[in-house]
Amino acid sequence: MKKLILALLFAPAMALASGAELHLDRWPGSVKDQAALQNGAELFVHYCLNCHGASYLRYNRLTEIGLTEEQIKEKLMYTAEKIGDPMRIAANAKDMRKWFGTAPPDLTVAARSHASGDGSGADWLYTYLRQFYPDASRPTGWNNVIFDNVGMPHVFWEEQGARPMTVTQVRSAVDANGKDAGYEEVVKVYDVQGNVTQTVKPLAGAQHEGIRHEFGAPVGGKLSAEAYDKQVSDLVAFMVWMGEPMQEQRKQLGIGILIFLAITFVFAYLLKKEYWKDIH
Amino acid sequence: MTNTMSMESDCKMSPERRRLIVATAALGGVGAIALLKPFISSMMPSERAKAAGAPVEADISKLAPGQMITVEWRGKPVWILHRTPEMMAALKKLDPVMADPASKNSEQPEYCKNEHRSVKPEILVAIGICTHLGCSPTSKFKPGSEEGMGADWQGGFLCPCHGSMFDLSGRVYKNMPATDNLPVPPYTYLSDTRILIGEDQKRA
Amino acid sequence: MASNAQYEKYKSNGTLMGAALEWFDARFPLTSMWKQHLSEYYAPKNFNFWYFFGVLSIVVLAIQIFTGIFLTMHYKPDASLNANGVPVAFASVEYIMRDVSGGWLIRYMHSTGASAFFIVVYLHMFRALLYGSYRKPRELTWLFGVFIFFCLMGEAFMGYLLPWGQMSYWGAQVIVNLFSAIPFVGEDLSIWIRGDYVIGDATLNRFFAFHVIALPLLLVGLVVAHVLALHETGSNNPDGIEIKKKLDEKGIPLDGVPFHPYYTVKDTVGVVVFLMVFFAIICFSPEGGGYFLEYNNFIPADPLKTPPHIAPVWYFTPFYSILRAVDWSWMWPSAKLWGVIAMGASVGVFALLPWLDRSPVKSIRYRGPIYKFFLTLFVISLFVLGYLGTQPPSGLGNLLSKIFMFVYFAFFVLMPWYSKIDKYRPEPDRVTFK
Repeated sequence: MKKLILALLFAPAMALASGAELHLDRWPGSVKDQAALQNGAELFVHYCLNCHGASYLRYNRLTEIGLTEEQIKEKLMYTAEKIGDPMRIAANAKDMRKWFGTAPPDLTVAARSHASGDGSGADWLYTYLRQFYPDASRPTGWNNVIFDNVGMPHVFWEEQGARPMTVTQVRSAVDANGKDAGYEEVVKVYDVQGNVTQTVKPLAGAQHEGIRHEFGAPVGGKLSAEAYDKQVSDLVAFMVWMGEPMQEQRKQLGIGILIFLAITFVFAYLLKKEYWKDIH
Repeated sequence: MTNTMSMESDCKMSPERRRLIVATAALGGVGAIALLKPFISSMMPSERAKAAGAPVEADISKLAPGQMITVEWRGKPVWILHRTPEMMAALKKLDPVMADPASKNSEQPEYCKNEHRSVKPEILVAIGICTHLGCSPTSKFKPGSEEGMGADWQGGFLCPCHGSMFDLSGRVYKNMPATDNLPVPPYTYLSDTRILIGEDQKRA
Repeated sequence: MASNAQYEKYKSNGTLMGAALEWFDARFPLTSMWKQHLSEYYAPKNFNFWYFFGVLSIVVLAIQIFTGIFLTMHYKPDASLNANGVPVAFASVEYIMRDVSGGWLIRYMHSTGASAFFIVVYLHMFRALLYGSYRKPRELTWLFGVFIFFCLMGEAFMGYLLPWGQMSYWGAQVIVNLFSAIPFVGEDLSIWIRGDYVIGDATLNRFFAFHVIALPLLLVGLVVAHVLALHETGSNNPDGIEIKKKLDEKGIPLDGVPFHPYYTVKDTVGVVVFLMVFFAIICFSPEGGGYFLEYNNFIPADPLKTPPHIAPVWYFTPFYSILRAVDWSWMWPSAKLWGVIAMGASVGVFALLPWLDRSPVKSIRYRGPIYKFFLTLFVISLFVLGYLGTQPPSGLGNLLSKIFMFVYFAFFVLMPWYSKIDKYRPEPDRVTFK
């Protein structure tokens, strides 16, 4: 019995241990911010839609974020002819597979699919788009902190600039004979060109294994860090909206339904009371 | 149902109880009807169908006299025929043999309810679906017996299914299976050479 | 003619309504069925909170069937890729969510309804455990109920493939592969179930057929049988005593009230409260924190890429944990086969309950501490196993699921013993009411 209780106490602790450690920054934006949504829509069309489709969303739905059909046609419609067409990619999937090895996924519901125990899909996207670092060993020249060996290049590098990266990893070491040799610290420094220098230092005693990423100051970059964060936040806002364009409508409907049911409850309850007063 | 079935209890039912039943049942009814709305509207044309049914643009800058192009609008063939002066002249002669020469009983926008059934006299826009049972008539533009029609044929369309004949304004001949002229869809000229099919002319 | 007496009984009172009813009753047992199952079906007057979940199960069944019909009008069971490189089935779900007017509400009602179904059915079953509703003479009612539960699991499993997301695909892959553990025929059987060597278009289409017509028909039939069997014996109650033993001079149970209007008005209140919770989830958290709609299922099925962590939907996780817990082989069957056997047993063992329970009393109110202890452990084990089933495999998790698997089975296997030796208090003559 004691064992059982102990085991039960451990269950929550285990939950913490089993999840992959993914530190996500909280997305600061709001899906109700129309200016952000419109800016995000433009960013999406110019930076994402070349490779990623948003094929479940029709252009004319963008009127719901405050754009007129004329604005949509002028500023956003490059890949489609009719306002009712879905937001398809400019290139075709076969070419994509050839260029990137894999077809870039459709992004319409990306903000929903990237949700996890670590944070919302918006948090993931917001973090992901801000944590590229140069890595010359990758075909695109870029790698990402929360999506290791990602196939996508850093599309916003002109805005954010290149930031050198220091990866510090503490891990268990083995000697040349494959025997346990305590722990070691591996430090990889990527410069702005993505060239890496690695140093390994043995550590004494027991250590916690783990990995730490530290960005250096950006080189180049048209935007300040704050302005870049805002730009990414706007793009994420659009992607959150796009994942479920009726999300605000859904909540409003919910309030109406609950008020109606609450009134119905009162009458149903009085009716029940009225009948059951006969029963003793 | 409830009321009929519990006839005995009805007699001794208190007004309070009756009021509560009515109130609860009314709320339930309102809720049920409100809930039905999304289900009923889900059967209306979806955004995809609406997008597919949106007005279609046609460029007629390269359409020479005597030529016809077909564009698809809401899944139906829409003919755009550039009639020659000879064709136009022949049309007038046909009035006596037409079932509905002035298109009184036929379907067309108000601005096409005229002699030539079109906005610009020489450009005919019509839905190429026979008004009898929905086949698409074939074009027989050459007058006379050259295309297997009678010697007095002035050029027009022949429905392959049941033999209805139409002239180059889409008007049906007398004593044919079809009784109505070919419908003319709403359309408007965006410019001299661009037609938008599916949207009415804006009033000037 | 025998029917004449029947006919006289429903003689009209002269109104138009009455005449219509008379016409009907001469041809169809309308009034007699109404009386038998509602206005003269005497249910114990002491039903408590737990007795709402039977009627709520029927409400959810109706919601699922109704929303399902409308979803079928737009959904396409097609695994091929569309022009945008997305599987048609997956795209058709997003089409319902976006392009079909009101489609999102219908779809969320259906997806939330699936979880709601299991919530109300689990609570309904727990009620039976509390008050011994499965005991004699209601064994058949219980058995029909267990079959409903099996059927519901099949229905949910097949329905979950239809959105054709990553979890749909890989969940089905794992479960269908379980059949390959069956000796001799297993490999062929799993291929036969899939209709292909992998989960594919053929699988999607047959699961669709089973999900929208075969299993729902069976389900509705079983529900009818479940209710008919119940109305034959009469309902149990929180005291676990038979109200039919104490009748008034007309032969009506002293502690019974006509189901209609007493329980119809009471259940209406329950249904309204249920709908409030149901629509609150739909409108404010349709994903249910990733439990009702799994996040990974927003990624289209990709046969070449297994998600790093596959977990079934929450209602299957206790049984899935048991499957994973068994990792030892014994005698000739492999560990995999034992796992499948254990999982099958964990579900099937419910059918044996009426014959495992040897207690002289039915209701937990009069049972002794041992049953309460075992029932508590059983519920804890369900929660722990359920939680573990959502987690990636781990050493401690495996140990815990082994322990709680034994606790789970101990509840059933030891029942003939502990239910007999347990203390009990004598049941009252009449039900306790207020």
